[in-house]
Amino acid sequence: MAKLYSKKKLATQKMLPKKETISFLLNYSKALSIHKVGKSTFEIIAN
Amino acid sequence: MANLVLPDAVLVKNYISGDESALALLINRHQSKIYGFIYSKIGDRDLSDDIFQDTFIKVIKTLKTSSYNEEGKFLPWVMRIAHNLVVDHFRKAKKMPFQRETEEYSIFNYMTDNSLNIEGQIITAQVESDLAKLLEELPADQKEVLVMRMYQDLSFKEIADLTGVSINTALGRMRYALLNLRKIIEKNQIILTN
Repeated sequence: MAKLYSKKKLATQKMLPKKETISFLLNYSKALSIHKVGKSTFEIIAN
Repeated sequence: MANLVLPDAVLVKNYISGDESALALLINRHQSKIYGFIYSKIGDRDLSDDIFQDTFIKVIKTLKTSSYNEEGKFLPWVMRIAHNLVVDHFRKAKKMPFQRETEEYSIFNYMTDNSLNIEGQIITAQVESDLAKLLEELPADQKEVLVMRMYQDLSFKEIADLTGVSINTALGRMRYALLNLRKIIEKNQIILTN
């Protein structure tokens, strides 16, 4: 049988981004609205 | 709970039509793969977080402008964005190399402080005060020339003018001053090094 050289421990280590990053993204998504007027696109971020 | 089994395509559609929670589910579902991919290339948690964030900012903008073409390939598309941002990062890093401080790399290996440490300062001060005491042992004319030359940084011509002797005499006095100093040092076995 072929030998597996990869270390299982490293391969299975779960990497997750910080909670702050996720919450920033979700808030950013909620705040952002994009409007297309003719050829122009307007990004509006609600505070 | 039903949302958990919704395919990406449906979640994307829901998100485009205004369901913000769909994005949370999409991120939650794929964050490990995307973040793991970025981290495997970057090797730095903070930078990976930045790139992860930029990736999803692009995703959000594209979805909100409705320019996303759903072909059932949400994850490969996000991975492609992440990959491009990683490439951009390395391109930028190449233009402006940035080295983060790690255990193997320390900026202080390359930056050295040439000034004396406390011990060196004490030794230097001691040597200087010992030398000042030794000078007191020299005959007045020799001491005068040595002080003018070494402490006041005058030329032999200036010394000759000031003391009213010829340059050769001034040179001779300097020579004897040094010889005598050496003798005193040897006689008393004084160590004047640091």
